[in-house]
Amino acid sequence: MESILTINNLTKKFGPVTAVKDLSFTINKGNVYGILGPNGSGKSTTLGIVLNVVNKTQGEFLWFDGNTTTHDALKKVGAIIERPNFYPYMTAYQNLKLVCKIKGVAYSKINEKLEVVGLLERKDHKFRTYSLGMKQRLAIASALLNDPEILILDEPTNGLDPQGIHQIRAIIKQIASEGTTILLASHLLDEVEKVCSHVVVLRKGEKLYSGRVDEMISSHGFFELQSDQQEKLLRLLEKDNSFGNITVEDKIITAFLNNPMNASTFNQLMFDNGIVLSHLVKRKESLEEQFLQLTDNK
Amino acid sequence: MLRLLQLELQKLLLNRASKVLIFISFILPFFVIILSSLRINFFGLFVLELGHYGIFNFPIVWHITTFFASQFKFFFAIVVVSMIGNEYSNKTIKQNLIDGLSKKEFILSKFYTIVFFSAVATLLIFLICLCIGLYYSSIDEMSLIFIDSEFLFAYFLKLVGFFSLCLFLGMLVKRSAFALAFLFVLFIVEWIIYGILTWKTNEALADKIQNFFPLKSMYKLIDQPFQRIVMSKVPNKQDFIYDFAVHWHEIAIVLAWTVIFIFSSYRLLKRRDL
Repeated sequence: MESILTINNLTKKFGPVTAVKDLSFTINKGNVYGILGPNGSGKSTTLGIVLNVVNKTQGEFLWFDGNTTTHDALKKVGAIIERPNFYPYMTAYQNLKLVCKIKGVAYSKINEKLEVVGLLERKDHKFRTYSLGMKQRLAIASALLNDPEILILDEPTNGLDPQGIHQIRAIIKQIASEGTTILLASHLLDEVEKVCSHVVVLRKGEKLYSGRVDEMISSHGFFELQSDQQEKLLRLLEKDNSFGNITVEDKIITAFLNNPMNASTFNQLMFDNGIVLSHLVKRKESLEEQFLQLTDNK
Repeated sequence: MLRLLQLELQKLLLNRASKVLIFISFILPFFVIILSSLRINFFGLFVLELGHYGIFNFPIVWHITTFFASQFKFFFAIVVVSMIGNEYSNKTIKQNLIDGLSKKEFILSKFYTIVFFSAVATLLIFLICLCIGLYYSSIDEMSLIFIDSEFLFAYFLKLVGFFSLCLFLGMLVKRSAFALAFLFVLFIVEWIIYGILTWKTNEALADKIQNFFPLKSMYKLIDQPFQRIVMSKVPNKQDFIYDFAVHWHEIAIVLAWTVIFIFSSYRLLKRRDL
C-alpha cells in the first residue's frame, strides 16, 4: 500500500513535560484514520509537528515517499488545526484567494469548494460575521482548495451545535467517499467510530494501539439474553465453555463469548435444549467501552 | 518574490486600519511639503512663503525634505508592528504555515513589503523634491541638480532599517502595543547607555560608540538640516560648520543592523512552537 505519512520514534518535549513519546505509525492512502485520545494526550502536538508549526525534539517523519520536503508536501496536504484561523476583515472569497496564492492553486477552485461546503451565497460576507459552524466549514473549503491527497482535521466538530456537527460529518463522509485519505484527531469516540476505518489511540503521548477500528481489542462480542426459564438458561451457559464472563442484571443475562458464534447458531442451540428466549441481541463493545478498557489496562 | 509581496499587500490593503496608516505615512508628508512650498496668504494679513528662505533650492532641498519626511515613518512603523501582531492574534501565522508557506517565506514576504513601501516612499519624495527644486532654483543643469541626492538613498536605507527593527520587535513580543513600547524603551536605553558612557569615559568616545546603536545610527544617516540652513545664511560660517554628509560607514552600520534584525526574526520564528 502506498504510504502518505510515516512517523518514526517521534518525541516532543515542552520543558520537563513530554507531550509525545517515541511515537511511530504509518498513514496509508485511501483510509480514514482517527487519532483518539483524551485531552492533552499529544494529538494536536503530533499534528503540529508533521505540519511544520511545532519543532520536534527527536525522531523523524516522512511525507509520501520520503523524498519530498515538508514544504513541498504541505502543498499536497489540507489541514485544519483546532479553531478556524482566518483574517476577520476579509470576506470568505478574499481569504480563500490568499490561501490559493500560498498553495499555488488557480482561483477557479474557490467557488467550487465553497459549493461543496454550502457557503457559496455567503462568499462576499466578511469572515467575522460568520457563525462558528460556518467558520469551520470555510476552513474545510480552504483545506480542500488544492485537492489534497490527505486531509488532516483536528477536532473539527469542537464547539459546534448538533446541526453543525451533523453538517461537518456529512461533508467528511462525502470527502472520504471520493477516496481522499483523512486523518481525524478527536476525543469524541462516536465521531471516530462513525467516520474512521483505522485508529491510533494515544494516552499521555504514548501509542496504545494502532490498526483497524474493529480489531481494537480481541473480542468476539457478547449476547444479551432474556428468558422465562432463567435458571435453566444460566446452568446451560455455565456448562458451555464457549462462554466466559456471565452477568445478570435486571433479568437480562449478558454472556461474553470466548470464541466466535453467530446469533442463529446460538438460537438453534437454545432451541435444541428446550429453552425459549424472549430477548436475544448479539453486540460488540462500543468504541467507548473498548477505549476505556484499553486506556485502563495500562 | 512577487508572489510573497502580493500576499502581504493583500493582507495590508484589505485592512482598513493599516490602509489609513499607510496613507498617512506616505501621502501626508507630501501634502505637508507641497503645502509648505506654496505661497500662503493669511487673509491678507501676511504672506508665508517658506521658499523665500532658500530652503527649497538645490541641493539643500534633498536634505530638508528627506529629513522631514522621515519623521512620518512612525505611522508605517505601527503598520509593520501590527502586521506581525495581527498574524499572532488571529493565529493566521499558524494557518499560513500549515497552508504551505515556509517560515523563511513568511519573514521574506514581510521584508519585501518593507522594502517595497520604502522604495515607493523614496520615489515619491524624489519626484516631489525634483518638482519643488526645479520650481524654486534657477539651476537647470543635470549634474548640479543631483548634487546631494545621496540623501534619497540614505532616506530609503533609514526606512528599511527602522522597519526591520520594528519587524524584529513585533516578532519578539507578538503584540503590537508592546512592540511599540519596546521601541520607546530601546530609545531610552540608548540614551541611558550614552549617559553612562559619557560619565565613565569622555563625550567624544561616547559619541562614537553611540553612532553604532540601532536607533542612533539610523538617525545619523540624515543629520538635522537646521544648522546647514543657518550656515547658508550667516556670513561667518566657521562657528556652524558640521559634518552633515552621508558617509559609507553610516550606511554600513545601518545595513548591518538590518541584516541582524531580519535574520534574528527568522531565527526566532524557526525556533518557536506555534
